[in-house]
Amino acid sequence: MNKNHFSITDMTRRDMLRCSAAAGAGSLLLGARPAAALPAATGKAKSVIQIWMWGGPSHLDTFDPKPGAGADYCGPYTSPIETNVSGIRICERLPLLARQADKYSIIRSMTHGINGHETASYVTQTGRPAGTGDVYPCAGAVVSRFKGYDAGYKGLIPPYIVLTRPQGRFSESGFMGLRYKPFATGGKPSASVFNVEGIVQEGITEARQINRRRLLQDLDTFGRKAEGQAGLTGMDACTEQAYDLILGDAGKVFDVQNEDPKLRERYGKNDFGASCLIARKLVEAGVPYVTINYEGWDTHKKHFEIMNKKLTEMDRGFSTLLDDLHQRGLLDSTIVWWGGEFGRTPKIQWEAPWNGGRGHFGKCFSHVIAGGGFQGGQVIGTSNATGMEVDNRPVYPMDLIGSIYEQLGIDGAARLPHPQGLDVRVCPTEAEGVMSGGLLKEIMS
Amino acid sequence: MKIATFCLMFAMAVGSACQAASNKACDEIDRLVFDKLTKEGIPASEYCSDEVFLRRVYLDMIGTLPTKEETLTFLESKSLNKRSDLIEELFKRDEFADYWSMKWCDLLRVKAEFPSKLWPNAVQAYYRWIHTAVQHNMPYDEFARTLLISSGSNFREGPVNFYRAMPAHSPEETARIVALTFMGIRTDRWDRDKLLGMAAFFGSINYKGTAEWKEEIVYHDPSRKLLDPETNMPVPLRFPDGTLAEIPDGADPRPVFAEWLIGNPAFDRNIANRIWYWLLGRGIIHEADDIHPDNPPQNKALLDFLAGELESHDYDLRHLYRIILNSRTYQLSSIHNEANQSDQTNFSHYYMRRLDAEVLIDAICQITGTTESYSSDIPEPFTFIPENERSIRLADGSITSPFLELFGRPPRDSGFESERNNNPSSAQKLYLLNSTHIQEKIRSNGELLGITDKRYTPNKQTDRLKNPSAWKPPRKALDDMYLTILSRHPTPEEFEIAKAYVHASELSRYDASIDIVWALLNSKEFIFRH
Repeated sequence: MNKNHFSITDMTRRDMLRCSAAAGAGSLLLGARPAAALPAATGKAKSVIQIWMWGGPSHLDTFDPKPGAGADYCGPYTSPIETNVSGIRICERLPLLARQADKYSIIRSMTHGINGHETASYVTQTGRPAGTGDVYPCAGAVVSRFKGYDAGYKGLIPPYIVLTRPQGRFSESGFMGLRYKPFATGGKPSASVFNVEGIVQEGITEARQINRRRLLQDLDTFGRKAEGQAGLTGMDACTEQAYDLILGDAGKVFDVQNEDPKLRERYGKNDFGASCLIARKLVEAGVPYVTINYEGWDTHKKHFEIMNKKLTEMDRGFSTLLDDLHQRGLLDSTIVWWGGEFGRTPKIQWEAPWNGGRGHFGKCFSHVIAGGGFQGGQVIGTSNATGMEVDNRPVYPMDLIGSIYEQLGIDGAARLPHPQGLDVRVCPTEAEGVMSGGLLKEIMS
Repeated sequence: MKIATFCLMFAMAVGSACQAASNKACDEIDRLVFDKLTKEGIPASEYCSDEVFLRRVYLDMIGTLPTKEETLTFLESKSLNKRSDLIEELFKRDEFADYWSMKWCDLLRVKAEFPSKLWPNAVQAYYRWIHTAVQHNMPYDEFARTLLISSGSNFREGPVNFYRAMPAHSPEETARIVALTFMGIRTDRWDRDKLLGMAAFFGSINYKGTAEWKEEIVYHDPSRKLLDPETNMPVPLRFPDGTLAEIPDGADPRPVFAEWLIGNPAFDRNIANRIWYWLLGRGIIHEADDIHPDNPPQNKALLDFLAGELESHDYDLRHLYRIILNSRTYQLSSIHNEANQSDQTNFSHYYMRRLDAEVLIDAICQITGTTESYSSDIPEPFTFIPENERSIRLADGSITSPFLELFGRPPRDSGFESERNNNPSSAQKLYLLNSTHIQEKIRSNGELLGITDKRYTPNKQTDRLKNPSAWKPPRKALDDMYLTILSRHPTPEEFEIAKAYVHASELSRYDASIDIVWALLNSKEFIFRH
């Protein structure tokens, strides 16, 4: 072969030198210009798994059934079931979750009053009111700031993962920018090979990867001429780091094929079930924030038809996730957050064109929170007899998100990095006009 | 002294470059830049080669890679004016309007969803207006004036969406965005009264719905005035320079503001500086949208000259593009010399930047003969983008892909230039090196891989491919790859490296060819504008 070849060892050493000159290694993964480094946040919880119910699930047909409200509200779901916590009843389509109720708490008084997807998604995931002139980062991006690379996270797997695609409703990292965006896996989690874009590639052997890498180095004639220029600095370190992930074992965390078949069956062999299992593996590997974007809950039409199918799938994946985390002793350090941007109209829209659908409903809805220091087996707040109004103990998005931050040891008074240098707190104060019913102290231990 | 001699020789070597365009203006740009370099004692880099110029000017002007055929035509042309002729040709390309509409849509925050919430129909109306303006080279003063004074339906009058694509519908917020967009000024550096005085010009804007879903009328409502939140009294109309405006009671104050703005030096300087930034990668005032007294121009005479050119040429933005692109300053090599490597502000060489997200995926698609699928099933009405449409033509910032997100496409939230993030990251490297998405694209173009057999189907290594006659001769195959991907011929050394790879590895010619294309796509020469 060509005489100019560097041996792999030489190349690595050379790049290592350049790498350390350019920047600290892990910090390169998600785009340059890191804000100042931080001490790692330490709290009861180490990680968050967010099951994002994309589209807005009905609260009546999940965790806040209203059997007394009549057929116009309940449709076919007239017989909620008892859970393993006396006094708590949930939708009859969630029998497995009913057996795990001691592990989670239900918030039945979530409210923000917004009925548009994009604004409600923004408000629910950032805790901030809309229309302030700035786009604030969502909880995952904030956690990525305080528990990710800036705070000493060393993992090769990015600190904020989305299974499988970003939502597109708003920019998750807001003004904090690219560096704090989630890493979207792409691919199909339940496929025989889950092709995580960039990390897992079918059919290229390790030997070929190594040969390719050498070829790339040899053919980079332009890069050698331009070496040392500001615009290119960091590129080689980025390549080096990418190869650590391509050639190393870290990517195996996305592979569920070698997991216990019985466990996979329990999670459900569909994308949601596989995502829940992978989320557990990611958390086990130290990833601080995983979002499962669970699509298909915007049920304007064919509502009950869709619910009959999807609730079963959700029941399996979600309940197995809780149990599996618990069995492995991970639930105490992992927050599981279930919820969407709003609930759905309690009164069923029987008229055309909906023909038995439910619309958007931001005035009153339910979220579920478990693990990471949040007590299970509790119900926070109540809605009225029809689920139309919050009766007591309203919980605004910032109350929930602020509670999650506190469990993670993220100081609400700390500041977020802002590109124009504005002074922005992690949690807004009441003076900033953000609605609040207070942190969820009643279930925080 | 030594540097002056160098510059003189340099000037002689490239003297013919500006012939077709405004010679004198190009020369003046170069004189101002080189005077500064001489003063700082920084030698300029060499004049760039035709290959480099071709690629650079395509990417900078139309956000599109030259094809193999375009590359050969240009490289083989013996015309002395071929660079300036090419610049004129590129102005006429549809991609010119596409690419610069994309830039304007970033600044004007064109997106259907949060926070602009324009909705798909209005995005289309707004985009069409912007695209038409760029395509027909609408004078810039008219462009700004129309955005500032329009009234009407968001679905029918494209430019009224300027007032809808605001993070908040308040006069103060509007003033903040107007100052940012048209003056490059951040009002958070202003005192309260200055902002309120300007906001008062937008105090009578009102919005109302119609019977049509998500239609909204933007109009001047004489009954509305901006009230001072402290005194509850109407705020007098005061221009940012402190002078008061007098208008008849009930008249729309926006045209009065527009005329003041267009007559103000900040208006010309902002756009002149931005265009310089867009083409050269660094503003004369940097950042280009943070103009304030403590952030002076790096070369004041140069900025004054460019702003003056704009005014004396009736706000013809293409004139500014033309004189910059034809200048030798723009046509310097990106390769540094020993004495100018650390220069990042004086334009002693062309500063390299990673390709924009949209441009990069378009280039990969063009090379591999593939397309991207874009659609939005939120919000209604659903939007599906035709398969063969380029990513630089995406009107709606809410329609996106994991690739575009990963490579720092701006979210169009704030209108700041810095929203576009072209910094390389290792997650991006992972994607280019190892994603199925890119891998499949490389496999799909048999011609690029060197296969002459028309029956080639991706991912199938049929027996036919074992036959050498199904393949281009190796030298030709590699030449085509280089021309298609890097817009140049390979050097003999590169040919030897590639040949050695095919022979030494255990791979079939098919797999080895895939690997060579893969390596070129991952080279810095491909990923960066240079």
